Amino acid sequence: MAKPRLATGHFTGCFGCHMSFLDIDERILELVELVDFDKSPINDKKRFDQPVDIGIVEGGVSNDENAEILRDFRKNCKILIAMGSCAITGGVPALRNTMPLKECLEEAFLNGPTIGEGDGLIPNDPDLPVLLDKVYPCQEFVKIDYILPGCPPSADTLWAALTALLSGEEPSLPYELVKYD
Amino acid sequence: MTVAQKTAGRKIVINPVTRVEGHGKVTIHLDDDGHIKETRFHIIEFRGFERFIQGRPYWEAPTVVQRLCGICPVSHHLAASKAMDVVVGVDTVSPTAEKMRRLMHYGQTFQSHVLHFYHLASPDLLFGFDAPVEDRNVIGVIKAHPEIATKAVLMRKYGQEVIKATSGKKIHGTGSIPGGMNKNLSIAERDELLRDIDDMIAWSVEGLELCKSVVEADMEHLLAFGTFESSFVSIVKEDGCLDLYDGNLRAKDADGKIIFDQVPPSKYLEYIREEVRSWSYMKFPYITSLGKEKGWYRVGPLARINNCDYIDTPIAEAERVKFVALGGGRPIHATMAYHWARMIETVHAAEKIKELLNDPDLQGEELVRSGERRGTGVAWIEAPRGTLIHHYDVDKNDMITLANLIVSTTHNNEAMNRAVKRIADQYLDGQEITEGLLNRIEVGIRAYDPCLSCATHALGQMRLQVQLVGPDDAVIHEKFRE
Ligand code: SF4
Repeated sequence: MAKPRLATGHFTGCFGCHMSFLDIDERILELVELVDFDKSPINDKKRFDQPVDIGIVEGGVSNDENAEILRDFRKNCKILIAMGSCAITGGVPALRNTMPLKECLEEAFLNGPTIGEGDGLIPNDPDLPVLLDKVYPCQEFVKIDYILPGCPPSADTLWAALTALLSGEEPSLPYELVKYD
Repeated sequence: MTVAQKTAGRKIVINPVTRVEGHGKVTIHLDDDGHIKETRFHIIEFRGFERFIQGRPYWEAPTVVQRLCGICPVSHHLAASKAMDVVVGVDTVSPTAEKMRRLMHYGQTFQSHVLHFYHLASPDLLFGFDAPVEDRNVIGVIKAHPEIATKAVLMRKYGQEVIKATSGKKIHGTGSIPGGMNKNLSIAERDELLRDIDDMIAWSVEGLELCKSVVEADMEHLLAFGTFESSFVSIVKEDGCLDLYDGNLRAKDADGKIIFDQVPPSKYLEYIREEVRSWSYMKFPYITSLGKEKGWYRVGPLARINNCDYIDTPIAEAERVKFVALGGGRPIHATMAYHWARMIETVHAAEKIKELLNDPDLQGEELVRSGERRGTGVAWIEAPRGTLIHHYDVDKNDMITLANLIVSTTHNNEAMNRAVKRIADQYLDGQEITEGLLNRIEVGIRAYDPCLSCATHALGQMRLQVQLVGPDDAVIHEKFRE
């Protein structure tokens, strides 16, 4: 029988959730036996081409490309998990939601103390995705089946949820695994 | 899938660039004869930390700003702490605090370098640049070389355990605070870490030997691959010794001559400026005195090994001497030499961890110092990927009013763009485009271990897309690499 397929996606987060996933350490050798990896930043598979059983995403949605790829995850993954504060609430990047995007761009590209006199400009190019006014939680774009809280969720949390789902059980995680820090 | 089609008048897009930490994209413009006209490596996300950290209290910076990057959070945690040491008027933290921070930092350097070499880059080195996409990843390494992969997993785990013992958490810990640390190392924690350190040193030497054997087997090709000359910038101690935690800035030119030396953090604005280009959210730093055209430089492991006069741990120093001999008195410029230099530093980090663990100061009781409040704090650190600069202004109500962050990967922006151009010229010019050829572009970018998360103050993952663009810029045909 074919193994279940697992995909991971990364949007506006810090990669810390993916790093926490790697903190399952030796269990990664076990995971390789349990699942086949589909699209993920750790391999060179760049597009979905078959149904995926579980998708895990990190980070909120801050531009049109994030939104498009998140929708693609929803379309291709039977179960979609939002991993970490950024995916669930927008997290630290969503601190920018309290001010106009324009101010953030001006501070970084026009006013910074290392920008030479008259040297600043705000990047704007067809090759850059369009920034959204705010950083949005994933569930504002697509239906999310499970959330795993934390910044990042611990490796044990990710492992417990994943192994439960892979064995067809409804994950029921103890308090220590879902409390913040 | 192989993308092989007529190349004339096209724009090739590699998006996302994979097996790097972050969201980046490459565009290659071809002229009507299929020759390379222009290449660009774009950073396509933006987060805005500089602005939204304003109005928050200064003591939050070490824990909030590290959320720029989950791969090297310790670098941001410590750079922000060091800048805030200045703000709270502490010029020298206690020996216990300094050594705890150093231990945390070398733990991080160890785990980050291991992650990059084994998990992200080794598939290209072990299987070749043209290996099938399905195998060319860490899972492929686990299957083909389980002993190497197991050691890699345990080495990264060890570095993460060092971080946890010093900062309280493997990712986004809270151990370092303005003026010092909030914990020391217990005897139990110390003994736990001492138990495996000799294995870690031995395995990192094996990793270095593995890297050297790959290079030596294909020396001529790998030394020429994506190679160009540049200046180098890094922190060194006063006596020129390699130091990843603290020191002053040194810049050398392509011949190895000093451009400037022993510049303290408080003077950084006189030496470094940044250019903005319309097509990337990552800025382009340059040495002010040399100007935009000539002032760009490289940072990171290769820059540090080229720039320092010596390393103060024995195995790494012996390896440095062998490595620099390759340059015959000039700096080493090969892009792929980054991997070699990175593995020398991995050995050095393991040696440093052992030295620190045996230092009784780690059990000291003096954790935090205080002084007279100041309005500005600038600090730097050698993050795994290169020099990281944090600059904050803080008002009398303790609120941050300005933040300027020049992260490691940003310093390498021009260099990564040059590597892309060079590899495109070397391998893609006038050729039918295949998946393996496109992977070469990514191999060149990967050598710099770019953390695009930090760099955009954003992060992500990448697709590869090839677009056929007509003369009116309309997309005629589009293909994706799987
Ligand atoms: S939740 Fe925390 S660890 Fe995860 S991406 Fe966001 S900032 Fe990083």
